[in-house]
Amino acid sequence: MEKKEYKKIVDRHKPTEKRVQNAIISFLIGGIIGALGQGLIDLYSNLLDISSKDASTFMIVTLVFIASLFTALGFFDKWVTFAKCGLIIPITGFAHSMTSAGIEYRKEGPIYGLGMNIFKLAGSVILYGIVAAWLFGTIRYLLMGGI
Amino acid sequence: MIYLYSFLFAGFISMLGQLILDNTKLSAGHITSLFVIIGAGLDTFSIYDKIIAYVGGGALVPITSFGHSLIHGALAKAQEYGLIGILTGMFDLTASGITSAIIFTFIFSLFCKPKN
Repeated sequence: MEKKEYKKIVDRHKPTEKRVQNAIISFLIGGIIGALGQGLIDLYSNLLDISSKDASTFMIVTLVFIASLFTALGFFDKWVTFAKCGLIIPITGFAHSMTSAGIEYRKEGPIYGLGMNIFKLAGSVILYGIVAAWLFGTIRYLLMGGI
Repeated sequence: MIYLYSFLFAGFISMLGQLILDNTKLSAGHITSLFVIIGAGLDTFSIYDKIIAYVGGGALVPITSFGHSLIHGALAKAQEYGLIGILTGMFDLTASGITSAIIFTFIFSLFCKPKN
């Protein structure tokens, strides 16, 4: 916790150049992940002869698998430290937060460690996603009759 | 051409997140939650659908598409079953991402130790 607060203070006093550099790195890495996603959709839809909608599911699972595996092997953390939001904002960040929480807390046991902490970071994404989707979905259904 | 649009859109969203992270007190958790809400909000008027039709995979990769998928699954079921469909269909499209993340995390957690 202390470390986090210290990092926040450091971030606030960082020179502007660092911020510009961070933004450019995030743009490039995030963009590469986006293009990779489109590449995987094309690859799967050609290779397996499925619609691009089904291929996008395969693409999400592939990216989740890669992020989980690399986090488990230990070098994804370094990439995230370097690329920051370039890897956090894509779906890789979701998988990374779950796997890193899982590996970190597994020593505290299968229930109190892994089970209770696996959604520690990803939980807020799911919670606010569901609340927002329920609210906006109800509005859209009532106002416009759904799709 | 769709690769260029994918690159630009996913890059833009990531850069936006980084700018918020660097220039405000919000943490990465705040930003991802915010972006999911924005993704769901943009789909209230089908805006995100149009973005996906235009930029393809680049719009499906950022976390904003998570909110989009949630609301889409809900509305698809609502077409059939009315308001209760919003509850039953919520996870329809995101199930693959969440389930695979849970399964991979569980398997890797069994075999890997924390590095530091």
